[in-house]
Amino acid sequence: MDLAIDILIGVMAAATPLVFAAIGEIVVEKAGVLNLGVEGMMIVGAIAAFAASIATGSPTIGVLAALMAGVLMALLFGILTLTLLSNQVATGLALTMFGLGLSSLVGQSYTGMAAAPFPRLDIAGLSTLPVIGRLLFARDALFYLSLALVAATAYGLTRTRAGLVLRAIGENHDAAHAIGYRVVAYRYLAVLFGGACAGLGGAYLSLVQTPFWVEKMTAGRGWIALALVVFAAWRPERALAGAYLFGGISVLQLHTQAVGFRVDAQILAMIPYLVTILVLVLMSADRTRLKFSAPACLGKPFFAAA
Amino acid sequence: MKFTWGRRLAAAVMVMAAGAVITGAFAQAKKTKVAFVYVGPIGDHGWSYQHHQGLLQVQKELGDKVETTHIENVSEGPDAERVVDQLVQAGHEIIFTTSFGFMNPTLKVAERNPKIKFEHVSGFKRADNMATSNIRYYEGRYVAGIMAGKLSKSNTIGYIASFPIPEVVMGINAAYLGAKSVNPNVKFKVIWVSSWFDPGKEADAAKALADQGADVLFQHTDSPAPMKFAEERGILAVGQASNMAAFGPNAQITALVNNWGPYYVSRVKAAMDGTWKTGDVWGGLNSGMLNIAAYGKKVPADVAALADAARDKIAKGEFHPFTGPLKKQDGSEFLKAGEKIADKDLSGMNFYVEGIDGALPK
Repeated sequence: MDLAIDILIGVMAAATPLVFAAIGEIVVEKAGVLNLGVEGMMIVGAIAAFAASIATGSPTIGVLAALMAGVLMALLFGILTLTLLSNQVATGLALTMFGLGLSSLVGQSYTGMAAAPFPRLDIAGLSTLPVIGRLLFARDALFYLSLALVAATAYGLTRTRAGLVLRAIGENHDAAHAIGYRVVAYRYLAVLFGGACAGLGGAYLSLVQTPFWVEKMTAGRGWIALALVVFAAWRPERALAGAYLFGGISVLQLHTQAVGFRVDAQILAMIPYLVTILVLVLMSADRTRLKFSAPACLGKPFFAAA
Repeated sequence: MKFTWGRRLAAAVMVMAAGAVITGAFAQAKKTKVAFVYVGPIGDHGWSYQHHQGLLQVQKELGDKVETTHIENVSEGPDAERVVDQLVQAGHEIIFTTSFGFMNPTLKVAERNPKIKFEHVSGFKRADNMATSNIRYYEGRYVAGIMAGKLSKSNTIGYIASFPIPEVVMGINAAYLGAKSVNPNVKFKVIWVSSWFDPGKEADAAKALADQGADVLFQHTDSPAPMKFAEERGILAVGQASNMAAFGPNAQITALVNNWGPYYVSRVKAAMDGTWKTGDVWGGLNSGMLNIAAYGKKVPADVAALADAARDKIAKGEFHPFTGPLKKQDGSEFLKAGEKIADKDLSGMNFYVEGIDGALPK
């Protein structure tokens, strides 16, 4: 039983950065913008969190710095694609490469340092419960935040007016514009939100999971988050499940190896992407499932006709 | 006539290439140009970091007689060939490629450029202008295995491995034999992470091993993540490639420290005075290429004495970690009593020794 709890705790640690990044990207894509720069925003968030945490000794300030760094990266993306109307795919890819380079540059002097350990936040009264106490109520603050974020995003997208407008813009930006909604402003906000979330995902990696700074430490997690968005059919609650599934696969394969049972790690590493392709095929093969599919204006530039 | 993008690009490339050739020729007249190719970032604080220490020693000892270049984060495979090619084009006379996966790319470039000298680390293919070198890490792992076997209370030792190449396999075997020699009940749990460098995954693997009862960790991956994890968890670990005590002041029992400097300096000097010849150097504890870091706080005197004794015996050549009688995992004998393994069998080792559980990935 203890081992099962330990494994689940490992799964949570592996899944939480994916949850953050995927939730952010869902909102961005629901607004009709495709930002492939998640990996870049994550890694910049990771180094910002680490640097700020070293400088101030406060993990909280580290998290805020990651949030700001993600927002700044996203702002850059927003200016390029929403104001200057550059190609979203190319700009997103460039953002990833830029982020990887920038973080390595900034991070040079931080390799080999150790940040203050991230505090655990035990929830009074609940953390001492058997089994679920240790599992659910004795985690770090960012873990709780990730769950709250999923709930808030799911609610916000489907149950609020702003969410409705955001989705309308993602489905048909010309129509939304024609009835007077501010397409570009909404998209900017969505992109910045996505950046903030990716930054938090990076902060989780450099402050909680490892916790220290090394170059390229995101190691493709941004891309898994992007695959997750498709896998989840743009739904926050499914993205949460997907993140735990993908995170679970990566942790479980380590445990199966340690007990001597072996599955090729390469095959397991492919699974998230294979499943994503499968989901894509299933979605496009069946017309009744079309409503789950991508926002109609995803990746298309918006020209405001006068 | 309009310039197309293609033509502009071609023109730009030609101008740049001409520039490179000219500057290359200039530099050559004055200094020996030496290049290093690293598989990871210098900041990995492990493998590539130690190679860079070697470069720094070359710079320090040969000063303005050499000009050094290094390229980090080069992925193994076709990209490496392009990188090495570029270094040749830029006029480098001796090029060090410091990862196993650079072997074939380096060999291809070496065949095309017979006048340039190549130094490949950890491979087995050589040419008249391509020498190889490696370190007998397994000697250090055997010593660290003795310490781990003595210090483990759960009799379970975790091992984070990268890829199932002979280098890594012999390391696991050596560490196991070391641990087994002092603790007959010891068990090894091995996790392959299929990467030399993925701190997140290495930390996850370290956690998985600890969760399953391992209280001493070995790693054959390059980031300090497992050491950092061990420190937080309050268990012990053996540092890889560099001294990782900064990440695990309490956890590190020792580290195997690769020391490339003296070899690199001697090879560059040989290239400069014309005495360079191809060859294969496999240096261990006796050569100074492998050092065992100062023991950690949690190593009691009797364990330290055992480790010292083993280290000295291996360094003097009185003992070889792979001495028979030894059996393979499947029970078949590969060394008779008293027989020492031949280097060629060691460098092709692709099986676990008897006593290690689990299948070796192919």
